[in-house]
Amino acid sequence: MRCEFAIWSKAFRQQPGANDDALNMADETKSPGPPEDVKNPPLGRTEERPGAKAAAPNKDSVPVAVPWTSPMVEKYRSQYGSGLDAQTYLGQHYLTVDRSLIPNILRLLRVEEQFDYCVDITAVHYPKRERQFDLIWMLYSFSRNERLRVKTQIADGASIASSVSIWPAANWLEREVFDMFGIQFDGHPDLKRILLPDGWKGHPLRKDYGILQQDQEWVQINLGIESGQ
Amino acid sequence: MNVPAKDSSTGGANTSTSNLEFEEPGETYLDSNELIINMGPQHPATHGVLRVILKLDGERVLGSECVIGYLHRGVEKIAENRTYTMFNPYVDRMDYVAAVSNGLGYCEAVEKLLNVEAPPRANYIRVILTELNRIASHQLWLGTHALDIGAMTPLFYTFRDREEILKIFEKYCGARLTTHAFRIGGCQYETYAGFEKEVKNFLTFVAPKIDEYEALLTSNRIWMERTKNVGVISGPDCIALGVTGPVLRASGVQWDVRKAQPYAAYSEFDFDIPVGTKGDTYDRYLVRMAEMRQSLRIIEQAVNSIPEGPIMARVPKVIKPPVGEIYHSIESPKGELGYFIVSDGSTQPYRLRVRPPSFVNLQALDLMVRGLLVADVVAVIGTIDIVLGEVDR
Repeated sequence: MRCEFAIWSKAFRQQPGANDDALNMADETKSPGPPEDVKNPPLGRTEERPGAKAAAPNKDSVPVAVPWTSPMVEKYRSQYGSGLDAQTYLGQHYLTVDRSLIPNILRLLRVEEQFDYCVDITAVHYPKRERQFDLIWMLYSFSRNERLRVKTQIADGASIASSVSIWPAANWLEREVFDMFGIQFDGHPDLKRILLPDGWKGHPLRKDYGILQQDQEWVQINLGIESGQ
Repeated sequence: MNVPAKDSSTGGANTSTSNLEFEEPGETYLDSNELIINMGPQHPATHGVLRVILKLDGERVLGSECVIGYLHRGVEKIAENRTYTMFNPYVDRMDYVAAVSNGLGYCEAVEKLLNVEAPPRANYIRVILTELNRIASHQLWLGTHALDIGAMTPLFYTFRDREEILKIFEKYCGARLTTHAFRIGGCQYETYAGFEKEVKNFLTFVAPKIDEYEALLTSNRIWMERTKNVGVISGPDCIALGVTGPVLRASGVQWDVRKAQPYAAYSEFDFDIPVGTKGDTYDRYLVRMAEMRQSLRIIEQAVNSIPEGPIMARVPKVIKPPVGEIYHSIESPKGELGYFIVSDGSTQPYRLRVRPPSFVNLQALDLMVRGLLVADVVAVIGTIDIVLGEVDR
């Protein structure tokens, strides 16, 4: 077992762009075993997404995002022009929409295209980009049995129109995005933290928030202990 | 009530002959007192650490607000700091009564991102275990839900029978609850000797037991009084609020991810989607009972035709999906469980979002409890079937 751990943890430390020997390693070991460096987990990584060259486990076919066209996309493209881009990746369609068009597009998707079920709203943080956040709506249409993702980019500190009036389901989902990323939603009926305590400082799913980081002051005052760690 | 006794004996504040000097208090003084009470987080009927703030008029609920997050462990943050393989056991800790479903959703999402497919044999094993887990989850729901409403016997019956499922899990992968049954690319373990026979034995064992639960409850007068027309929610309201799973189906919307967008091997099996008509607590009970029977049907078909072959696809030892993002969802016992993964081409997810069915379904609680009595709130919390581990993640 000792030897297996060593091989495994060596492979684990390989970062993007490392050699491919680890990928072709003999596949006899059963379970990976406990990580060696569990006490020092890699803290929130802040590098940008590397180029596509870093990843190629499937040598035969690396999927790429390709432009996607449909009558719906054509209609909106003629209406909104360059503010809208439609792509498909691994069979999943997504629209990349300019932030200023978001309220209109979402409403049209709900009313005209029957995307009546808002599956999820979430965000992704790219700290090195100028507009730091990707905001993503995952939609589903019962009548068409289709899924669609709508993406937009938004800067830190900027706000975006709430979609609670379009899908009531967005209420808690937007609150969670606010809680975890600090993105403001204009017109939300009750925008406050949902999973973390109200007085907490910081937004933990931002990349600059470390995994061991806590609001020490809150912990000391409210829990009466020195540290939560 | 701080009203003089003589007033209440003569009809209270409505008597025009009262010589007390205060303003007209309205129709009756009973509805003038709004009461805010706190339920939980240490309340046995909230199934974990759910706190509900209720605004009451007497016994009637005027409104409610859920306070959640007591079990928040930052699963999504942990995912960003673990490799794809290392994160696999963590998903079991979200909906811990349906750990197999969580694992299936996660493994399939990463497989999609890697553009690999699990071999057919692995898919059959996955379907069998996931459906067994669905039955176990519904049994636990039934036992605790009935206990909340006041029926104690079903709890013992369901836990007795759920044990048989946990024994199969234990024999298969060594764990009963947080199973970590699947791996990215397939299954780690081949079925043990006698697996098929034991599963078939379980099917013949549990079918009459489900009838037994129904005999205890379905036409039980107290059960019907407590559940019929309680917590009614319409189909359009469910869709607007994003409610999925048995709650949506009990409101008459025949939608199930297993049928709408089949995953694993579900497209190969013949099963029905049970639906309700009224969308009340009783319908949700009937839908879940029917779902257990449908699960038995699926398991029976699967276990009789497990194909031969490998159980693991060719997946690299170190998982490094190409740059891209994927959303994949499955029908967990609670509803649509989705994973949204953003890969930056490294060994760790750049971002992993879990779309938890319990969290979204809990949002409908406020709508469902308005106008009900306090005692019905307990029935409604039970009927949504939440697991706080998944609500808070």
